[in-house]
Amino acid sequence: MAVKPDIEFKMGKATRDAFGAALREAGKTNADIVVVDGDVNNSTRTEWFAQEFPERFINVGIAESNLVGIGAGLAACGKLPVIASFACFIMCNGYDQLRMSVAFPNLNVKVVGSHAGISIGEDGPSQMAIEDVALALGLPTFTVIVPADEPSTLKAVSAMLDSVGPAYMRVGRPDVPVVYGDDPDFTLGKANELRSGNDITLIANGIMVSAALEAAHALAKAGVEARVLDMHTARPLDVEAVTRAARETGKIVVAEEHLVQCGLGSVVAMAAAEHAPCAMAFVGVENTYAESGDPDALLEKYGLTAQHIVAKAQSLL
Amino acid sequence: MTVGEPMKMSIAELEEQARVLRRDIITCTTIAGSGHPSSSLSGVEIMAALYFGGVMRYDPAEPHWAKRDRLIMSKGHASPLLYVVLAHAGYFSTDLLETLRQIGSPLEGHPNMSRLPGVEASTGSLGQGLSIGLGHAFAARIENADNHVFVILGDGEQDEGQIWEAAMTAAHYKLDNVTAIVDHNKAQQTGWVRDVLDYSPLAEKWQAFQWDTQEIDGHDMEAVLDALQRAKATQGRPSCIIAHTVKGKGVSFVEADYSYHGKALTKEEEQRALEELGWQ
Repeated sequence: MAVKPDIEFKMGKATRDAFGAALREAGKTNADIVVVDGDVNNSTRTEWFAQEFPERFINVGIAESNLVGIGAGLAACGKLPVIASFACFIMCNGYDQLRMSVAFPNLNVKVVGSHAGISIGEDGPSQMAIEDVALALGLPTFTVIVPADEPSTLKAVSAMLDSVGPAYMRVGRPDVPVVYGDDPDFTLGKANELRSGNDITLIANGIMVSAALEAAHALAKAGVEARVLDMHTARPLDVEAVTRAARETGKIVVAEEHLVQCGLGSVVAMAAAEHAPCAMAFVGVENTYAESGDPDALLEKYGLTAQHIVAKAQSLL
Repeated sequence: MTVGEPMKMSIAELEEQARVLRRDIITCTTIAGSGHPSSSLSGVEIMAALYFGGVMRYDPAEPHWAKRDRLIMSKGHASPLLYVVLAHAGYFSTDLLETLRQIGSPLEGHPNMSRLPGVEASTGSLGQGLSIGLGHAFAARIENADNHVFVILGDGEQDEGQIWEAAMTAAHYKLDNVTAIVDHNKAQQTGWVRDVLDYSPLAEKWQAFQWDTQEIDGHDMEAVLDALQRAKATQGRPSCIIAHTVKGKGVSFVEADYSYHGKALTKEEEQRALEELGWQ
């Protein structure tokens, strides 16, 4: 079935913009925040914090391993370091340091990776993190957060800063549709139900949340009522929401802008398998790297649209 | 010793303390049956000077005291050296040294800051300690505090790129509250440093990275103390001390053979070693 999305979303800012704005705001009340940058502050939007609090901003140059280590030392001294770069660089180049210097000693370092996923478009696969959530999940002490839109990212950033312990947040480059009203409820580890329904559940994070809502709208036209969950926290996972979805709807589709084998889909499947096994299908980047191109064209080509979610849903119905 | 005041031994006392530390390094690794005694023996004078020679400010009764200076053992495999020093400094009982590397003991194979007081960083993946030290130094600068951060680096560890990322950053930000000490014992796991990866000239590299750089005999207690005091007083840039040392220092058959890396001495070897050190 071809989906012509007739659900209209208001466009909002990119989640990286919301991160930058929330961080600057938090800096006003929390003097412990120190931002460490790998010379991409105008991309990650940490420059907004830097402009206001230059004495609490450190650009270490293009050296992600060192960046992570400095964050660890700051946290050991009771500071609240927010360390940010492109998701692929901070997670891949800095991974041993995230493991040894941050995760193992359980230090309160907040890691933010921007330009995640294939929706960065023209810059191409070298800049596209499609494995960052998997890597973050490989750090057992880390909270892992993938917010969907501008209003929820504003809330996610303050929830992350209020939490204690290491955390990874993934944000994106393009402007994204707004799926929440102003000031949404946001609790780490608690899924938000954006649409009710008992025929099937669509679970998504990041930019795939609006695609899941679009898919649910299309399915409704065919008489299928889909529940939509924004599973913004991959760890700790809202196991209860997954279990309830499995029991009440019997079918789950998980959608993420990430390698499909090792991200949100995996942890949701594990929770369902353990507590309430049900039919499941997965939407994500298949076993491949993407390429340069227009973001929407890439999402279409690599299978990350509402249409693809609908097709997977129909395979379960 | 009053709270927070550095313990200040005389040179003769420090040399005797070094002999005690060497004994305990050998004994605890032999009991454990594994570990890195040779990598620990080369850094004994450096650590003795830092903790007992009036260089570092610390309080074992309050391990997280905000005004303390920091010691980060970036070459984490020299954990026996760190542990015997922390035990003799009063962070925990020397009885605990016998539990090295045993299940349930906080004296893990490599230092774990979550489990043992006095350990400032969890290390063991080489190359990471200097960056962590920079984080401590930046925190002190933000607080306008005068803590000094000492980081012990291995010479095999100089192969790691992260060291040089950190070196550039410390110089750029003029972090004069950081001192890196290279335990230059000339040997690494599979051979002599010059054969594995000849990165000479080392001192010139640190100088080129804009660090105040001193080269000393790392077993000459007076030279070690002088170098540490000069490093602490240096203004406007970070300090590096290249301490020329001998891997396995004090035990002739270990000094001569790099293949002792990562090996504890047998009971029989332990006896010979302790005899050479004048213990029996």
